[in-house]
Amino acid sequence: MNPDSPALAEKATSWRSVYVHVPFCARRCPYCDFAVVAADEPGGGDTERYVDALIAEMELEAAPFVADAVNFGGGTPTRFSAAQLQRVVSVMNARFGIAGDAEISIEANPEDWSSSYAEELRAAGFNRVSFGAQSFDTDVLHELGRRHTPEQGAQAVVDARTAGFSTVNIDLIYGAAIESDRSWRTTVHRAIALEPDHLSAYALTVEGGTALSRSVLAGAPAPDPDTQADRYECLADAARAAGLVRYEISNWSTSGHACRYNLSTWMMGEFLAFGTGAHDHRNGARSRNVRRLDAYLERVERGERPRSGSEHLGEFERERERFMVGLRLAAGVEPGVIGSAFLASADGRRLLDAGVIGLSDGRVVVDKPLLTDLVARSVLSVSPGDC
Amino acid sequence: MAAPSRIRNFSIIAHIDHGKSTLADRLLERTGAISERDMRAQVLDEMDLERERGITIKANAVRLDYVADSGDAYQMNLIDTPGHVDFSYEVSRSLEACEGAVLVVDASQGVEAQTLANAYLAIEGGLEVIPVVNKIDLPAADPDRAAEELAGVLGGTADEVIRVSAKTGEGIDDLLEAIVERLPAPEGDEHAPLRALVFDSFYDTYRGVVSHVRIVDGSMSKMDGVRFMATGLDVDADELGIRRPATEAIDRLSTGEVGYLITGVKEIDLIRVGDTVTHTDRPTTEALPGYQEPKPMVFSGLFPTDGDEFERLREALDKLRLNDSSLVYRAETSRALGFGFRVGFLGLLHMEIVRERLEREYGLDLVTTAPSVAYRANLVTGEQVPVRSPQDLPDAAALSSIEEPYVKVMIITPSDYIGTVMELVQQRRGEMGEMTYLSPERAELHYQMPLAEIVFDFFDQLKSRTRGYASLDYEPDDYRISDLVRVNILLNGVPVDAFSTIVHKEKAYTYGKAMVSRLRELIPRQLFDVPVQAAIGSRIISRETIKAQRKDVTAKCYGGDITRKRKLLERQKEGKRRMKMVGQVEVPQEAFVAALKLDM
Repeated sequence: MNPDSPALAEKATSWRSVYVHVPFCARRCPYCDFAVVAADEPGGGDTERYVDALIAEMELEAAPFVADAVNFGGGTPTRFSAAQLQRVVSVMNARFGIAGDAEISIEANPEDWSSSYAEELRAAGFNRVSFGAQSFDTDVLHELGRRHTPEQGAQAVVDARTAGFSTVNIDLIYGAAIESDRSWRTTVHRAIALEPDHLSAYALTVEGGTALSRSVLAGAPAPDPDTQADRYECLADAARAAGLVRYEISNWSTSGHACRYNLSTWMMGEFLAFGTGAHDHRNGARSRNVRRLDAYLERVERGERPRSGSEHLGEFERERERFMVGLRLAAGVEPGVIGSAFLASADGRRLLDAGVIGLSDGRVVVDKPLLTDLVARSVLSVSPGDC
Repeated sequence: MAAPSRIRNFSIIAHIDHGKSTLADRLLERTGAISERDMRAQVLDEMDLERERGITIKANAVRLDYVADSGDAYQMNLIDTPGHVDFSYEVSRSLEACEGAVLVVDASQGVEAQTLANAYLAIEGGLEVIPVVNKIDLPAADPDRAAEELAGVLGGTADEVIRVSAKTGEGIDDLLEAIVERLPAPEGDEHAPLRALVFDSFYDTYRGVVSHVRIVDGSMSKMDGVRFMATGLDVDADELGIRRPATEAIDRLSTGEVGYLITGVKEIDLIRVGDTVTHTDRPTTEALPGYQEPKPMVFSGLFPTDGDEFERLREALDKLRLNDSSLVYRAETSRALGFGFRVGFLGLLHMEIVRERLEREYGLDLVTTAPSVAYRANLVTGEQVPVRSPQDLPDAAALSSIEEPYVKVMIITPSDYIGTVMELVQQRRGEMGEMTYLSPERAELHYQMPLAEIVFDFFDQLKSRTRGYASLDYEPDDYRISDLVRVNILLNGVPVDAFSTIVHKEKAYTYGKAMVSRLRELIPRQLFDVPVQAAIGSRIISRETIKAQRKDVTAKCYGGDITRKRKLLERQKEGKRRMKMVGQVEVPQEAFVAALKLDM
């Protein structure tokens, strides 16, 4: 199925997935606000204790829950040895079940990758890899705090192919201060020349509490939204020309290679999540784990769920979330009661008139994906009384 | 109750910061009206706004008991007055209820334009004036020079000037004795039919209208049947009382006394400041001379951000008007802003205060448009029409000329800054009148100037260019024909009535350019390019473009992020609330008063 087909998006609503968070990193990237532990921070070296905790946490979750997609994210999952990863996957399979055709994906840093490691992961069941390449410009990589070279980024993709991964993704970040139009064009062309099945490109974002946010507050230039829009369009054009189809704001793939895990989370599918700061969605509730590694380990080792909170969505909130998150997809989203009220509102009509949103086969599609938040804020103005 | 001969009614007149409120605090303390323990600064300034800004906006009356050196007991009624030029109307109302005024001047600053204007007001009203030099404790104080200046302008001798420090209390006793000795007792016929002057009133949510009254003739007792002569309202005096400054109900107010009156009336239009109260069963035939209607100097549009709040805005204005009879308004419709009111103000400070009170005390969210003065349009037909809003200006074809209000301006400045002041006034189309020296170091300059040139930032400019030393007062003069044009602002090709302004032709281009560039900064980027243009008639004089917004998106969204992302969007949405849709363009409230803060 085409990555942007409504049928695929609707199918994703019934997919179930499992997320595993691996917080370990060699060091903290200046822009990152995820739950991570750098190697020199307390607990940053003890991956084995964490693997034990993950397995213990899985025992606390109700089974069965047969997964159509499994995703290891981070942090840096490739800080785990292949044996550790294999252990987690096999426990997961034994406890919840993993479908035979499931997508089993891992986020990888190029500097951790090798052909032997790739083969070991294939043997453990992984069939999709997502490389945090970010850029193919040495200076930009340096500014982003990445430790690999452009060559390592390219080599990792080749090694993954050789090992037989069925889907290889390249992650890029645009809008770093030092990046020029020319540098970005080079990055885009080098990424596309590697013929990835999947491409993700994210605008560098200043998140509160990060080193990047501190330096911007101290006067360093913040990413410029117009420049980022230019970069986005440059990539979108090149990707289209290479036969990659955009199926979400920041994601492109060839036919059959859209990311199942991501699609299911955007389409309100249920997912389990394990590890520090991980969020799940099951039985109409969204729950989150504690972010701190020491707190997580202590709680799990005491035999407790390491929850820090949860939110049970009411019918209206749930429907609103379905519509708002669905707007991110190129396939668009069924309007439902909230979408219909929104289309009839003054804001909705204005956005239709301005060509920001459109209707395609009865689905609401954001035609200017870079303005999706603006649309989403307008949707927030719809109240239950309007429906 | 005191015999009229033992009553002294007085006001304190002072420039802002010359220590009026502190002096009042000290008088209260010295006469035992308030213990040192309960003392807080600015006791009489009850409004939050007054205390925050350190100014007095509303008049206030408080009774003090004082035993003079002679051993006789006196009843003193201190009627507090505002100091800012915008509120000279309140001052004149307070003065009507007094026989004397204490004129306070800062020993380091000397006489200021406004003090002088208010002193003349008092003298013209037949009041006895006691000159006082305050802040004699300050190292920079020059009491002798200030006393000379005061004596010079009031026509007395420097010896008559009382020297005090409201801060340390020095000289306060001398002042109290002078009030007893120099100020006349109230005159009035105790046996004549009741005549009481309403010199202020305010609305209390629980008690209805509370009026401050001064008994001129006769007396008023609790439960008397009374009549408000102007409106013909007959009611009972439910409660009489005084403030010490704590409220104290009493049974009777007699000739010469000052107090409050509560009748249970809730309808705010029925009790007017300036009205005369008399008895229903033994009415006077002759009402006291009423006050002059205050003349609003500037007009501005007030519109609720949420169109449904129009009625609430009307109610709030109706209530404010009871406390502030200088407030005038009429309903107005703007194509850009919907239903609202054109409101007349005494000046910019008054405008700011009214808006702030409406928002704070009544919880309204308002858009204010740039203020304008009251012009007059002479039509080719020979007819003359008032122009209180730029939209009122008839088409050029129908127009023969436009007149604008001029004011007489008095500026007192140190001699060193005379050149600076002259330059500023010239830029603002002022015409020099006479100049006199108060002393070799200070001069009093007189000008005639268009009011429109003063209402915006003239006062701030004057202050900053003279390092705060110059002071300003003005009063209405005549209307004159001027070469004026209306500059329209077009957003996205459509004229926005709320942005139109009438300016002098020579300044139109500079104004248009400054306004367009300010609006480009203030209006956020929209879904499409928005041209901002300034035009006179159909001629575009300036243009800039607000480029379309291109990126407003969270680039990365994964499963765990969804709750957080929604909360972030909700916070951002709240921040966007104070926007007004003008046609297809979202305009922030500050944009409507952009004209006030132009760099030109």
